[in-house]
Amino acid sequence: MEKFTTIQTTAVPLNMEDVDTDQIIPARFLKATTREGFGDNLFRDWRYNNDNSLKEDFVLNNSVYSGKILVVGKNFGCGSSREHAAWAIHYYGFKVVVSSFFADIFKNNALNNGLLPVVVSPEFSQKLFSEIEKNPQTEIKVDLEKQEIEILTTQEKESFDINPYKKTCMINGYDDIDFLLSLKDKVEEFELSH
Amino acid sequence: MATTLFDKIWDAHVVQAIENGPQVIYIDKHFIHEVTTPQAFAGLDKRGIKVCRPKQTIATADHNVPTKDQNLPIKEKLSRHQVDTLIENCKNHGVELYGLGHPFQGIVHVIGPELGITQPGITIVCGDSHTSTHGAFGAIAFGIGTSEVEQVLATQCILQTKPKKMRITVDGVLGKGVTSKDIILYIISKISTSGGTGYFVEYAGSAIQSLSMEARMTICNMSIEMGARGGIIAPDETTFAYLKGREFSPTDFDAVVEKWKTLKTDEEAIFDKEYTFDAADIEPMITYGTNPAMGIKISDTVPANDDAGLEKALQYMDFQKGQSLKGKEIDYVFLGSCTNSRMEDFRQFCSLVKGKQKAPNVTVWVVPGSKQVEQQAIAEGLDIILKEAGMELREPGCSACLGMNEDKIPAGKYCVSTSNRNFEGRQGQGARTLLASPLMAAAAAITGKITDVRELM
Ligand code: SF4
Repeated sequence: MEKFTTIQTTAVPLNMEDVDTDQIIPARFLKATTREGFGDNLFRDWRYNNDNSLKEDFVLNNSVYSGKILVVGKNFGCGSSREHAAWAIHYYGFKVVVSSFFADIFKNNALNNGLLPVVVSPEFSQKLFSEIEKNPQTEIKVDLEKQEIEILTTQEKESFDINPYKKTCMINGYDDIDFLLSLKDKVEEFELSH
Repeated sequence: MATTLFDKIWDAHVVQAIENGPQVIYIDKHFIHEVTTPQAFAGLDKRGIKVCRPKQTIATADHNVPTKDQNLPIKEKLSRHQVDTLIENCKNHGVELYGLGHPFQGIVHVIGPELGITQPGITIVCGDSHTSTHGAFGAIAFGIGTSEVEQVLATQCILQTKPKKMRITVDGVLGKGVTSKDIILYIISKISTSGGTGYFVEYAGSAIQSLSMEARMTICNMSIEMGARGGIIAPDETTFAYLKGREFSPTDFDAVVEKWKTLKTDEEAIFDKEYTFDAADIEPMITYGTNPAMGIKISDTVPANDDAGLEKALQYMDFQKGQSLKGKEIDYVFLGSCTNSRMEDFRQFCSLVKGKQKAPNVTVWVVPGSKQVEQQAIAEGLDIILKEAGMELREPGCSACLGMNEDKIPAGKYCVSTSNRNFEGRQGQGARTLLASPLMAAAAAITGKITDVRELM
């Protein structure tokens, strides 16, 4: 897994609630047997018309917005458990997703792929949307070590929670399997009494 | 200390707790299918390791498979490749595969219970959010991502943070034409698609206890639609009777049942959140929007509040605020998916269809959840009832639930579907899904319109 410490970049605002994983990556693109290539089909049906031309009004197609942070509305990533949703966002080029509320499985999937889900208060989320929409050049800084997110233009900050174990994994690029494999004896012991 | 059913099972499966971190949970049964596993197996191969407990891993091909001519090679190249990759991976790792042509093949959440693999008190995971279905047996069952599938394949364990606990109690007697699908659509419409996020839900109360295993599975299945990790129902005589004599049920059945009987929430146990509903307030339900919480009683009208999400959904569905859905013409009916493709669903659907004709404007897809359901339906003559009504019994798979095979609803068309998700494009690009029970689906198939099934009963 890629390591993550801090990032400072502009952001893309997707101001919608209850965005489900079927929108993030539609089922017809789940036929691949590798993790690559999903970025092209991120938000496929919101990004493209049927003739593959771009839907101008979708925020990812709006050239004033760019950056490695995706700011989204509440209950992002609900629905299917498909990890392809986290892969699609990650391979498209985002390193951080910010929301006031994530669906559980999506959040785990993101963490397992070096895509940092940052949970902010509804008020801070609103500030992010309004600052970015007012000035698309607004830079956002996310510091995982300090667990802090900052809107650089206004210097407004908020700290965010992350499970300490997951934080260590993200900072060092560890994945869970190495850790679980190291517990082999314990697991066998457990099985004997189970 | 008084504990909940969920606590009892969870705590009995903790291999190790990490300080300030998640817990290492032992997994008894791991179901796998073709879509969410290729990258996980590739991960094992890269590390040069094998599946840790192949005997506790059960595979089937369901998401991508055609529902016609399953004896022939899969036509669509990518689907075929994905299914072939599963066959290859299972062979290399010694995992039993109930693939196409096998008498046990079917939707992963249908075959686990019907084979008796799903049992009270165990932990089950699968790279699929509707793994929550298995909770109907008093098991802890939840969906996971592909990285987690790899963890379980490699170690038979998973790292998880213990969720909070919620109890939803439904007391009372269900009215005519009201099924467990209506109960769960009703609950989700009350507590929203995120109301259960962070929780594991226990369903209790007299209305729940009165349900068959099939009906309980429908409820637990859709727990994820309110954001919950899973649903669970305490096992009882109904559960034990269902499991008796199944292919993989315990051989020392009576002794095991005595242990299963201890699996229940203590009376004084405390939940982080509780809801109580009255069964008498539930009517046949239908959804009008693009998430499963956008559902109404058939006698109600589409909400008219000011809400950007609602407006976007109504635009997609081409419905108006305040509109009644009754009488609205539809184009397709889909009976199927892990929510409603078991024998009871087929019997209910056919009880209404029997001796009638489908409406000429409607295409009806009837897709059993498993080979065993298909065979049983034929044995009971349901295939004939369907045929005489102008419908056709297909072969098992996920089918139009997510449209990964050929069974896609065309853009702009309305489909009354017994599946679990009405997201934009879920059943095909631009498709408009109306979630409902098998009875409501049958009523729509016969009349060609959204119909209150009670008028036909
Ligand atoms: S039937 Fe639908 S919801 Fe169920 S496992 Fe298949 S695709 Fe998922």
